[in-house]
Amino acid sequence: MKKVTKEQKRLRRHDFLSGLAFLSPSLIGVGVFFVVPFCVVVYYSLIDGVSTKNFVGLDNFVKLFNNSAFILAAKNTLHFSLIAVPLAVILALALAVMLEARIPMKSYFRSFFLSPMMVPVASVVLIWQVLFNYNGTINEFLLLFGQDKIDWLQSDSAQIVVMILFLWKNLGYNMILFMSALSNIPAYLLEVADVEGAGEIYKFFNIKLRYLSPTVLFVTILSLINSFKVFREVYLLSGDYPYEVLYMLQHFMNNTFKSLDYQKLSAAAVVMALVLVVVIWILFRLEDWFGRDIEG
Amino acid sequence: MKKKKYFSRGVIFLLCLIFSVAFLLPTVLTITNSFMSESEITSNYGMVFSTTSGGYVSKQVNLKFIPDKVTFSQYLSGLVRSPEYLLKFWNSVILVVPIVLLQLVVASVTAYSFTRWQSKFRSSVFFFYVILMLMPYQVTLVPNYLVSEWLGILNTRWSIILPGIFAPFSVFLLTKFMRRIPYSLIEAAKIDGAGEWQIFTKICLPQCRAALYSIAILVFIDYWNMVEQPLILLEDAESQPLSVFLSNITAGEIGLAFAMAAVYMVPTLLLFLHGEEYLVEGIAANGGSVKG
Repeated sequence: MKKVTKEQKRLRRHDFLSGLAFLSPSLIGVGVFFVVPFCVVVYYSLIDGVSTKNFVGLDNFVKLFNNSAFILAAKNTLHFSLIAVPLAVILALALAVMLEARIPMKSYFRSFFLSPMMVPVASVVLIWQVLFNYNGTINEFLLLFGQDKIDWLQSDSAQIVVMILFLWKNLGYNMILFMSALSNIPAYLLEVADVEGAGEIYKFFNIKLRYLSPTVLFVTILSLINSFKVFREVYLLSGDYPYEVLYMLQHFMNNTFKSLDYQKLSAAAVVMALVLVVVIWILFRLEDWFGRDIEG
Repeated sequence: MKKKKYFSRGVIFLLCLIFSVAFLLPTVLTITNSFMSESEITSNYGMVFSTTSGGYVSKQVNLKFIPDKVTFSQYLSGLVRSPEYLLKFWNSVILVVPIVLLQLVVASVTAYSFTRWQSKFRSSVFFFYVILMLMPYQVTLVPNYLVSEWLGILNTRWSIILPGIFAPFSVFLLTKFMRRIPYSLIEAAKIDGAGEWQIFTKICLPQCRAALYSIAILVFIDYWNMVEQPLILLEDAESQPLSVFLSNITAGEIGLAFAMAAVYMVPTLLLFLHGEEYLVEGIAANGGSVKG
């Protein structure tokens, strides 16, 4: 066994204490504002009422999974995130690669792509309504090409409208993340590849993408967060009870909150949290595996 | 070979141009439409917002970029004639500024701790923060409401500010960034006898300036646009921020909405103009640049 000297022990304790000192403000805040109340939420999800407090096991969860509104909301949210998040990652990467080319006005393009971040949600929603109204600009455009008008927000295309909004808003920032990651790839590797006669496509998939894997994970996580925030826009576009395909988990939570059904609400929050933990765990593992032979 | 290269560059340039138009369109529309009179707005968009204010309403929606007549009447009625908007604007400021500043302070200390000391415990705490960060507001809504009730801060600004300060988003970003600072730099400072606080303030933070700025912009934008939190935590209509107020503007005042949205865009615009380079650099900066 390795012998630990007194001095080492002292140093270790000192390290531990100062580490704790730096961590504690945040730990306390997160504890008070998130962890403790979330534990209460878990507790609420296991009892039959805030006043009666009878332990009912998984009853609330069984009820939740039999609730058609919850199932609909879960399905829609899953559908939206499964399509919108990969699109946000792939399109942003494509934009970043495009801006790697030697073209004029590069920095202007970069700023233009970022500009949607500045526009307040309220005015985005106004403009989206003008564009996607039944008599709106997009439909007029469709008419020009002899297509039928679509009632965008009141049909199955509604998710497309929101996806466009989501992509419009988030692509720019994701693109910046990829641009910086691309510029951090060691140049000598690409030069070697050039000397060896590797093509652009080979270089992209076998060198660049490998180095980008941490960024891909990061952008994916960021996009996932933002895909949940799209509720804000959906809510302002179409209110508490939008067309079926736009009824998101967040609508369900909000509407349940209004009726103050703590049990349903808590069970839903716990389920959502669990699902997200699994998703993030998978993403982390994937990144470990994909970037395994790259250091840093 | 060379010809092919120029051709592909041309295609890329064209694509970028098309994308730029699409990306800029709503921003430009907001600004140009804010210079239209209410009657012009009504005649253009009456179909969409079903105004009751009367006047001519065209059958089709006209997306118009250039106002028939440039007028500042919307700005005038929003900013000068009634102080309401200015009040709401101020509400936004006193909600968002403390959140951004204090969140950065807490986050930088925490990120330092995550970077400097790595252990099983810490990495699980970090993983927990990532999860927490990913939780949509509707999951943290109930916890948030409960705490505010216990602390007796429901219906006050603190019910939004306090949880905002400890939101883990910037901790995550900053930790990612700080981990790129070469450990040897910290090690060297330690050998020179610097204490942790000194290492943190003198070595770590200066390296993170760009990152801090870019995170500040992100956090600012996020809270500047908040809608859900104030709706649930602030019952008092007086203290609502402009972001909420804007989305409640009634059909007859669409022009005013555009003008006020344009005003609301100004702080973000300034942050952007001043900090776009930081925003990019903050993300782009890597450990290698330290040696330079």
